[in-house]
Amino acid sequence: MTVVTSAQPIVQGKDLNKSFGRVIGLNNCQFELFPGEVLAVVGDNGAGKSTLIKCISGAHEVDSGKIFVNNQEVSFKSTHDARSHGVETVYQTLAVAPALDISENLYLGREVRKKGILGKVFRSLDKKHMREVSTKSLSDLGVLTVQSITQTVETLSGGQRQAVAVARAGTFGSQVVILDEPTAALGVNESARVLQLIKDLRDRGMSIILISHNMPQVFDVADRIHIQRLGRRAAVVTPQSHTMNDVVAIMTGAMTVPEEEQQLAPVR
Amino acid sequence: MSETARTTAAEEFANSATPMQKVQHALHRYPWLSPLIVLVVLIVIFAILGFGFDVGSLENFAKPATISLMLQQTVIIGTLAVAQTIVILTAGIDLSIGAIMVFGQMVMANLAVSATASNVTFMAGQNPYLAVIIGVAVATLAGGVNGFLIVRFNLPPFIVTLGTLSIFTALTLIIFKARTIQGKEFEGAQDVMGIMGKDFQIGPFGFTIGLVVMLIVYVVMAYVLRGTAWGTHVYAVGDDPTAAELSGINVKRVLFSVYLTAGFIIGIAGWITIGRLGSASPNVAPEINLETITAVVIGGTSLFGGRGRLVGTLIGTFIIIILDFGLSLAGLDQAYRVLAIGVLVISAVAVDQWIRKVKI
Repeated sequence: MTVVTSAQPIVQGKDLNKSFGRVIGLNNCQFELFPGEVLAVVGDNGAGKSTLIKCISGAHEVDSGKIFVNNQEVSFKSTHDARSHGVETVYQTLAVAPALDISENLYLGREVRKKGILGKVFRSLDKKHMREVSTKSLSDLGVLTVQSITQTVETLSGGQRQAVAVARAGTFGSQVVILDEPTAALGVNESARVLQLIKDLRDRGMSIILISHNMPQVFDVADRIHIQRLGRRAAVVTPQSHTMNDVVAIMTGAMTVPEEEQQLAPVR
Repeated sequence: MSETARTTAAEEFANSATPMQKVQHALHRYPWLSPLIVLVVLIVIFAILGFGFDVGSLENFAKPATISLMLQQTVIIGTLAVAQTIVILTAGIDLSIGAIMVFGQMVMANLAVSATASNVTFMAGQNPYLAVIIGVAVATLAGGVNGFLIVRFNLPPFIVTLGTLSIFTALTLIIFKARTIQGKEFEGAQDVMGIMGKDFQIGPFGFTIGLVVMLIVYVVMAYVLRGTAWGTHVYAVGDDPTAAELSGINVKRVLFSVYLTAGFIIGIAGWITIGRLGSASPNVAPEINLETITAVVIGGTSLFGGRGRLVGTLIGTFIIIILDFGLSLAGLDQAYRVLAIGVLVISAVAVDQWIRKVKI
């Protein structure tokens, strides 16, 4: 039995289908993300987790099926559309421009112009304002170990770049942050810091989708775990209800979980 | 080990940048620093050789008349190099700059030339202002053609502009024949067509309107590149197009607008060239493409896109012109200048490769 609850998902996907020629990425896939939770999405290579995330972040359009954000049906044609609905993505490649500075990267694609004639006619950027907000945003996240906000991103370490990318996703009134393998390229210490960053974002009320291969990390931060298999959702479990071995077994099809044993309702 | 000792060790580690690394950091932050040093060194060498030693006619190097002439000489390469800079910032290259400039210039000249001059085309005898506007518009459009081909068909800029280099050169010869239009053939329109060459004195120095216009182009474009969102997007697109795309930047639109803007600047350069040379010839400056690329590269702009400043390009232009004057005043063969430029270009790219590896 699914628990009846009043909480509405903040992002919901219904019967999502997406194929690339003959390759099926999503096959009637269901998806729910509830407010204020960390939902880990795991699955074997080719299980469709990237496709699922790309559809939700606007990088792909679904062939059929419906996506809802805040109970409102949306159709994302670009990542820009997704952003305007408060869905931000931190890509594995981080999508930062190395030769630009931190503040320029934070505001890339949504620069703020000066007020009055300078901004309207001469389109002058309000760099001072952007630098102030960037500094505040990074220090709010507790990652202001950089020397200067005008430092170019290429001079930062992997973890610092990740922090810049996460800060960018978390700064502009977003509700949902999608993190794609955020610790894949990081060392142990930096990974721990990024995981802490994820928890901090959640504590600030954000809803987070975490794509990861790293089971210990998933079990560390996730509230619920969405397991993707063969283009559809195989199960949703929690770190408390199942073990890492169970999750791997579900991923590979060695184990199935009846719906009444799944965690389809929010835990927070 | 005590706490203090450990901190000191850590600090020492943090501050362990060698002098070489400090140079690297400085160049990384201010890529126009190395060309500036080259420029200053060149000026000092030529000045010393001119005053202290009797080398050729170098004693004329630091005279106001020579300085004025050198400044006036920068206008054609200098203006075109602005267009080349914004293209190279997007990790592209424009080989058709000279061809488009000549094409736009010949459109202007053939429209404005007096209808009573011999061997003119059907379009002669137009209002000179209209002629300039149409000429600049044609160059802008030609830049747009480059941009369209690159964006729409995903073709490499090198190939597209190599093709349009031939196409616009051929179009110029087909439409306007190989006819040079002399300044006097403009008759009443000469004032407007040649205005960029009009000179005025400030103290002992002579300047031209064209030089002032070139500097205005630099100031305006430097502001646009560093002060507006479009400028940031140009850098981002050249730096990492995927990241730019994922950040919500319309990469194709930015690229197209860059080639369009370059075309407009090239059109202005065409007008400046008529003023500078006092005539409009289809054979003007066949090597101008390479010279603009040289100015940009010597000026510290990376051929890989995303880094560089316009001020560097201006310095790069000065370096080319000063080498030109200095070496010929020293009585050296033209080949030495070509040799020196070659060495500078390769050194500039080597320095760029080195500073791109910066670690802080």
